[in-house]
Amino acid sequence: MALLRKDLLLERRAPESVPAMLLFSLTTFVLFHFGLGRDEVSGTLAAGVLLVTLLFSAILGINRLFVSEHEEGGFDAVLMAPIDRTAFFVAKAAALFVFLVLVEVVALFGFSILLLGPSPWPALPGLAVVLALLDIALAVVGTLVSALAIQTRARDLIVPLIGLPLLVPALIAAARACAPLFEAGGAQAPPGKWLLILGLYDLVFGLLAYAVFEFLLED
Amino acid sequence: MDAAPAIELRGVGRRYGERLALADVSVSVPTGATLVVFGPNGAGKSTLLRLLATLLRPHAGEARVLGEPLPRRDWAVRGRIGLLAHEALLYRDLSARENLRFHARLHKLPERRVEELLDQAELRGRANDPVRTLSRGLLQRVAVCRTVLHEPELLLLDEPRANLDPAASALIEPLIGRASGRTRIVTSHDPAGGLAEADIALGLRGGRTELLAPADEVDTTAIEALYR
Repeated sequence: MALLRKDLLLERRAPESVPAMLLFSLTTFVLFHFGLGRDEVSGTLAAGVLLVTLLFSAILGINRLFVSEHEEGGFDAVLMAPIDRTAFFVAKAAALFVFLVLVEVVALFGFSILLLGPSPWPALPGLAVVLALLDIALAVVGTLVSALAIQTRARDLIVPLIGLPLLVPALIAAARACAPLFEAGGAQAPPGKWLLILGLYDLVFGLLAYAVFEFLLED
Repeated sequence: MDAAPAIELRGVGRRYGERLALADVSVSVPTGATLVVFGPNGAGKSTLLRLLATLLRPHAGEARVLGEPLPRRDWAVRGRIGLLAHEALLYRDLSARENLRFHARLHKLPERRVEELLDQAELRGRANDPVRTLSRGLLQRVAVCRTVLHEPELLLLDEPRANLDPAASALIEPLIGRASGRTRIVTSHDPAGGLAEADIALGLRGGRTELLAPADEVDTTAIEALYR
């Protein structure tokens, strides 16, 4: 909890990740609005535009996840503390999860104004479930990749080059689960199969992260 | 002074890629003693401290810190070591109090320990300012507080008095000086000052041991020779 509190306090004190992710998301929606030449999107296209935008904005947050430790030297002090390094992973992933939720609350509002055809309200409960599962995937994989990348000089390249391919299955599952929620004829329940796949993805990568995170922090 | 060594290194080496940072370093430091490490920039002093702090793995030799072999049981000594490095290891956007409270929570210490140290280092007046606004000297005092917050058995001090005026040096003396009673590994570029607080002197050059002797058997010219 101390690590999570510290990350949230740092972001509140000197906001970096959340404003950048939010601005990126809203700008991308504007670009889609004009690039597609359409005022409204629905169904599969709406799900794709929303989730790809959120995925790319998450990359910004993932890139900066360990920057405070790395640039300010806090990494060494935390690594020397008598704490389970898995707790360090959980705290970082939880911080990223919180940032993603904050961004999505505002970004969804922008998406519904700029692009989404059908009313977003009937879709909200289902969308909350899909986004929660996707955010867990982004937080788990993002934290792993960020911990790997922070040790390298090419941090900004490593995160998208490794993170995006790893997240493709999660994006596919989330987009398939999301599409019925944005149908022009009215929101339908997200297919259980794709929610299950997304949940399994979270579980598998959660266990993988648990197993390897400590090794990523070794010199 | 306890007879059991707090630190025992035998033929320890460490590389960064192709570059040899430490080679065949052997030294034994009794509990409660002070080892002062001299050497020019790039001699391997900071690498030695990071290795003892469990932040780097030795690539050769055997290292035992506080009775535990590294890196096999490094988890057993984390929390028993205090590292005062070149960087303050503090979050710039947090205040001194917030930084220390964060570390107190990591070490499961009561918040009154933070207040005690803020008083001792005479930082109370600036305790709520972000540390990025502090002068180098004040920042070093906060870093000293972070280093000793959890009352470590072993202190690893990389030029601890850099950026401190004489009054500030005197202020932190009870915390990290000989009076603290802890085993200390101190790096220094000051032959006379370093020898004055050393029980054992270690001189490094190019990662290799050039000098290892009880401090009272070493004179400053031997230390100065390391820098030529």
